[in-house]
Amino acid sequence: MTTKLMGQPVQRVEDRRFLHGEGRYVDDILAGPGAGPAVLHAAVLRSPHAHARILDIDVSGVLDVDGVHAVYTYDDLSGPMAEPLPVLIPHPALTHGRTQYALARDEVNHVGEAIAFVVAEDRYLAEDAVNRIVVDYEVLPAVVGLDAARAADRLVHDDVPGNVGARLEQTVGDAPAAIAAAPHRLALDLEIERSACMPLEGRGTVARWDHDSDRLVLWSSTQTSTGVRAAVAAKLGLDIGRVDVITPDVGGGFGVKIVHPWPEELLVPMAARALDRPVKFTEDRREHFVSSAHERGQTQHIEVGFDDDGRLLGLDVEFWHDHGAYTPYGLIVPIITSTQLLGPYKPGAYRVVFESLYTNTVIVTPYRGAGRPQGCFAMERTMDAIAAYLGRDRTEVRAVNFIRPDEFPYDHGLVFQDGRALEYDSGDYPASLDKLRKLIDWDGFAEFRRACAEQGRTVGIGLACYVEGTGVGPYEGAHVHVETTGKVKVATGLTTQGQSHQTAFAQIVADELGVRFDDVEVVTGDTRRMPYAVGTFASRAAVMSGSAIHKAARRTREKALRLAADALEASVDDLEIVDGIVGVRGTDRSIPLGTLSVLSNPLRYAFDEASKAATQFSVGDSEQPPVAEGDQPGLEGTDFYSPEHATFASGMHAAIVETDPDTAEIRILRYAVVHDCGNLINPMVVEGQIHGGVAQGIGGALYERMAYDDSGQLLNASFMDFLMPYVSEIPDAIDIDHLETPSPLNPLGIKGAGEAGVIPVSAVIAAAISDAEGFPITAMPISPSDLHTLREEHRP
Amino acid sequence: MNEIRRETRHEIRLRVNGVTYELRVPARRLLSDALRHDLGLTGTHVGCEHGVCGSCTILADGEPVRACLLLAVAATAHEITTVEGLAGPDGEPNAVQRAFAECHGLQCGFCTPGFLTTVTAGLRRDPCPTRDAAREMIAGNLCRCTGYQNIVRAVERAAELESAQEPAR
Ligand code: FES
Ligand code: FES
Repeated sequence: MTTKLMGQPVQRVEDRRFLHGEGRYVDDILAGPGAGPAVLHAAVLRSPHAHARILDIDVSGVLDVDGVHAVYTYDDLSGPMAEPLPVLIPHPALTHGRTQYALARDEVNHVGEAIAFVVAEDRYLAEDAVNRIVVDYEVLPAVVGLDAARAADRLVHDDVPGNVGARLEQTVGDAPAAIAAAPHRLALDLEIERSACMPLEGRGTVARWDHDSDRLVLWSSTQTSTGVRAAVAAKLGLDIGRVDVITPDVGGGFGVKIVHPWPEELLVPMAARALDRPVKFTEDRREHFVSSAHERGQTQHIEVGFDDDGRLLGLDVEFWHDHGAYTPYGLIVPIITSTQLLGPYKPGAYRVVFESLYTNTVIVTPYRGAGRPQGCFAMERTMDAIAAYLGRDRTEVRAVNFIRPDEFPYDHGLVFQDGRALEYDSGDYPASLDKLRKLIDWDGFAEFRRACAEQGRTVGIGLACYVEGTGVGPYEGAHVHVETTGKVKVATGLTTQGQSHQTAFAQIVADELGVRFDDVEVVTGDTRRMPYAVGTFASRAAVMSGSAIHKAARRTREKALRLAADALEASVDDLEIVDGIVGVRGTDRSIPLGTLSVLSNPLRYAFDEASKAATQFSVGDSEQPPVAEGDQPGLEGTDFYSPEHATFASGMHAAIVETDPDTAEIRILRYAVVHDCGNLINPMVVEGQIHGGVAQGIGGALYERMAYDDSGQLLNASFMDFLMPYVSEIPDAIDIDHLETPSPLNPLGIKGAGEAGVIPVSAVIAAAISDAEGFPITAMPISPSDLHTLREEHRP
Repeated sequence: MNEIRRETRHEIRLRVNGVTYELRVPARRLLSDALRHDLGLTGTHVGCEHGVCGSCTILADGEPVRACLLLAVAATAHEITTVEGLAGPDGEPNAVQRAFAECHGLQCGFCTPGFLTTVTAGLRRDPCPTRDAAREMIAGNLCRCTGYQNIVRAVERAAELESAQEPAR
């Protein structure tokens, strides 16, 4: 009997190519000698000013640079390319949505905005040429940071009053009244700074116009190849059927490689077509800092009313979200903050209102966690404040507010990011808290603190809980095909950025179809193989494509059994598939799937051994057409999965930190995670995702910030200055425990796991530092010098 | 003032993974670009181009070096090893490569070549690292995906595999 692979820590099939230097990332396409027609390289002239009018662009010094093939400015764009880029996810509350042009027309709104596009023999020459373009600017005053945006003394866009792009309010009950009537009330002001995804591979696009087949082939390091395909076709005025988009290996995404589309994704194919040469754009690190996307910047004001047990009676949250210069990705991030901050709790009456504001800084799009770290920070700092006020244990205050296991499905009465009800599918928060308390030894901490104090050491403990809406729709699809060799080829349209999709999806197929894992090959993100897809973000890949693949494999299995029943003259109910062979239970009669693949296709040429073998079986009624009405040739199955609404994963983290009494250095001594993403496909992969998420969360809590000066220059646009954790910043051990509350929404009972690790980290670390130091921490990230300053302020 | 002279190109010979390549490159061409774009050895990745992330780490005469901080013309005197040259002649992965797979020490794989070269050289210097030494060994390389836990385990596992391979001297 084949053992079930679902739930097993199966080793990754991706690893071989990565470990031998044979991965295929976008910049590797058409590289080196023998890669076909020599590829041209693009460089972009970017604005040095945060806010300026462009009076004149002089490119006359450029074309005679040896090796330069073309230079484009706004004036060279025509048709849809000359229009502003789309607002990809419009929302009625986004009353003042603004987007940039592929190349700036007459105004720039952040340092790094694209102004001209140069194509040359190599990137060095293209950069030389960029440096020879002369632009005449009228520099305008810049709006930097939320305070300046709210003050609105200056405007980012002349026609956006108050710099307010959107204002959205949701209410359940009458929160202000409930708070006014509550026995206890508190108010908090909190702040989180900007950070960024910073995948080690930047953005990249390669395009080739194939005249022989009259098709555009585009490679992009995107999180959604179907999105890029539709955008390129629309913008370049091409039939979508003439555009193929391939997303090969991607060196990390974390949100930033989502489509809007990026200007370069349009300019590269435009130039490739015009110049009849392949063109490549590979972003460098400085460009990534100033022309990709950031996230996280928010300030929050919270008012809460509660009873003697700490039970929430009313919660009123107001926050301001810095979305940068443009809003191509709409309001997703603040909408998520506003709904997901509720976490595992029942808020009583709830009111939330946010303003999403323009600043002259890089745009904001979802970064792993997508608005949830800020939401979790708001809620968990509030829980800690309530516990401190009542003098109660922080875990108790949380426990009285939990949604109970018998209350699922639980509808909050709010609208979630996907426009659907915020309805939690399943969970068991008390069980999760029990596990966490054991894992971090919550009850033993007082003793540990005493022992540390005796040695002159200061330690603190903190925890935070979160719920994450994962696996949002609308759908994903899959195609499963059994070849005559018995090998199984699987395609799904969403992309992969390192989350082990090829392994996890092959596990699902092997289980459902009854084939050997090694015989399954999975392709992702290639519109030639699966043109209907959404993309990889919002922890949706496993739920969406995993379920679609499971369903497509089931269809394939059903067809195989039908054919086999005919060939073996047996009833379908008596058949089983083991290691790719269909057998009649209790007999030695059997037929391999490869042979059934031949039988499924009445094209009777004996191309190979399987075809020869198939001639011993005769299938079908000779009176009927070889392919029956309603049937199709081929042993394959296609199916789609489309859920009613998101699944809701959850988890709780705790940490013990030590703060140095002199240097204010913050060291994480222990970190513990309890995680519930429903049934696990591959625990090794899930733990890897948690490790990576926690590391990014630690970065966000202690190091990462975008240091803009008042004129809108990003002062730390390099890895030298924007600090991300190396191994030296990560605790030696992260203890993980899993809880599995299967989702009733999909056939595998799974929920997403991609972003979970990052969500509560800032809240946890803030709580632990606060516990160690004895004063509240209200702004993150926190550096030793920040902590030092706080100590001075709180010195009695 | 607009005329640009064609950039002077230098004929150089690079020894990479035991193979000699002849190429003509401008003096300013980075070794990382020469490896990737001129020779097509795309295993060496570029994450920052300023010597901080370690993705481009190659071995020059066995010592880890950032290929983004070295000019191709300056690399001619050295025996270069890239990630493509770590496996045995039959394509058999070395102990470090095997350990990374076993311990799930990689996700997107972009930083991986730099870790593999760094650890391969590190274990030559210190074949039985303590936990702290294993962490120290990789402390100059950034990974944005794995959170490092499994990479540290992979370093320790590689040391185990290597010591099993070579009986104690
Ligand atoms: S690319 Fe060379 S160190 Fe980052
Ligand atoms: S595995 Fe993605 S950067 Fe390390």
